[in-house]
Amino acid sequence: MSMTRERINIPVEKLKWMYETMVKSRYYEDVMVEAYNEGKKPVFNIGAGPVPGEMHLSTGQEPAAVGICAHLTKDDTVTSPHRPHHHAIAKGVDLNRMTAEIFGKVTGLGKGKGGHMHLFDPEVKFSCGGIIAAGIPHAVGAALAAKKKGKDWVAVAFVGEGAANAGGFHESLNLAALWKLPLIVVVEDNAYGISVPKSGSTAVASNDLRAAAYGIEGAYVRNNDPIEMYLASEEAVRRARNGEGPTIIEIETHRYLGHFQGDPEMYRDKEEVPNLRKIDPITKIRDLMLSEGIATEEETAQIEVRAKKDVDDAYHFARESEYPAPEDALKDVFSS
Amino acid sequence: METIEKRMLTGNKAMAEAIALEMERDPTVFVLGEDVGKYGGIFGSTQGLFDQFGADRVMDTPISETAFIGAAIGAAAEGMRPITELMFVDFFGVCMDQIYNHMAKIPYMSGGNVKLPMVLMTAVGGGYNDAAQHSQTLYATFAHLPGMKVVAPSTPYDLKGMMISAIRDDNPVVFMFHKTLQGLGWMDQLDASISHVPKEDYTVPLDKANVVREGKDVTIVGLQMTMHYALEAAEKLAEEGIEAEVIDLRSIAPIDKETIIKSVKRTHRLIVVDEDYLSCGISAEVSAIIAEEALYELEAPVKRIAVPDVPLPYSRPLEQFVLPNANKIYDEAMKLINEW
Repeated sequence: MSMTRERINIPVEKLKWMYETMVKSRYYEDVMVEAYNEGKKPVFNIGAGPVPGEMHLSTGQEPAAVGICAHLTKDDTVTSPHRPHHHAIAKGVDLNRMTAEIFGKVTGLGKGKGGHMHLFDPEVKFSCGGIIAAGIPHAVGAALAAKKKGKDWVAVAFVGEGAANAGGFHESLNLAALWKLPLIVVVEDNAYGISVPKSGSTAVASNDLRAAAYGIEGAYVRNNDPIEMYLASEEAVRRARNGEGPTIIEIETHRYLGHFQGDPEMYRDKEEVPNLRKIDPITKIRDLMLSEGIATEEETAQIEVRAKKDVDDAYHFARESEYPAPEDALKDVFSS
Repeated sequence: METIEKRMLTGNKAMAEAIALEMERDPTVFVLGEDVGKYGGIFGSTQGLFDQFGADRVMDTPISETAFIGAAIGAAAEGMRPITELMFVDFFGVCMDQIYNHMAKIPYMSGGNVKLPMVLMTAVGGGYNDAAQHSQTLYATFAHLPGMKVVAPSTPYDLKGMMISAIRDDNPVVFMFHKTLQGLGWMDQLDASISHVPKEDYTVPLDKANVVREGKDVTIVGLQMTMHYALEAAEKLAEEGIEAEVIDLRSIAPIDKETIIKSVKRTHRLIVVDEDYLSCGISAEVSAIIAEEALYELEAPVKRIAVPDVPLPYSRPLEQFVLPNANKIYDEAMKLINEW
């Protein structure tokens, strides 16, 4: 697909922010791959190393996060599933404390209690969780609260395409439509629910079509395109802020890594990911900025350095932080 | 000298073999769940079944637990013998209505006229830093609710024998397998997760505990990981001249009272170890059984070791603090012997 200047109806600063955030997000996951592998070689053991447990990385899925978060402020809510890093970064979650949480440190967002699937940063109204589709009703609640408070805030629930087949998806959208809530459900279609391809889990071609079932709007973004995602989101967020109700946006995106780190990925062709990487959205947006004269080589290089420094700083903060005292496990069950 | 050929299988292969044998024997047996097909189950419970039986009998499902567990109920009512997998027991929240208000109650509400010969298998357990929504055992949550048999085998031998029993049983059976005892290449490699498993089909009852080590000084009751920790502690206690009797509970509902009471009558001391939450759990249940039926046999208070009443934390030092282990059992046993 060609991108012409006419099509890029996006403020330059937004475009640069999207680029920087995608670079940061991608580099974050690269660093996380290394950190996660530490202590897990030569024998992989999910419980070993400085970052144990399941690790679901978002490499390749950055366009979904930046395309819509470019329209959000810290007053808007984002809920995210088990693969949350790109959403958290795009929403402006404190990178140091997020990383410390992933390393299980006391300086983490949840003092080490939550881990990578359970990040909560109320400062920027971000949360995520490990149960499929469970974040959608929470976003409905946030949207309801915004409406009750008379604010023009919106709530965005990110889910994978697999979640569209879970009961929580339907109940939430029906309710949000009924109450005309400022909710946007972003379905990241990365083609697989763990090993099961989309075609093996639903007879619906794309999940924006389901919008008709709830009497709301739907949009579909092809080719993992951050620009198209930005434009579709702009319209959905505008409608939500104007009290015109919910939208489903499905984006065709790509998961370059396994469902979790250590996934043998027997369910997909070995050539699939290398081919996808050839049409990488970060490269595409960089080429676009250069060819359209939006940024120079020097500028993009500066952006990259800045983005990576944020990640490196967060990494060092996390590594240097202390573990919680073991008996702290008993705290925080109830608020005191 | 006669030699016995050992046939070493991991927990997951023992389970999958049990299912395969029953599928060969009985055309009404089929499997449905998330990633049970080509992937072979996230924790290997259906490894090889897709290749052997094909997509019609080993069915991948969407992430729709209410629908596919409910469908297993409907198929079971029609005389099929479905085996359905809830990937992590922690995910029960989205489908508990089907499990408890329907699977567990339909046989009763129908006055026994509807049978549900189905197995709901599910992965339990923590210890590998998977945090609060992927690390629970929830043994007691299921065992508390009448209408389901609930089992939690601890060895490859029992995983196979109890799975065959579960499939042949005319009642709904919740079959909990511990992730760490599946013998998976990507988790802790425990000796306990691999053992001799006969090739042929055999059954292990769904209502009998197993005395896995005999002793006269203290009874330690555990299941799955806590039973293996108890055995480890017992070895250490033996070095101090203390002989612990270790009971593998295996079945949580029904619970084998007789074996526990008999043991306490012999040892007069009881420790119950549980990877589930402390309050209102199996450790309370076992303690109550002894309080009701063998109180005056006790020479010391009953001791319970379980997850204190907090969700499972992520960070390693926090998780290790709340989980039972062999040292905690050893220390508690030493105190029980020395102070009473």
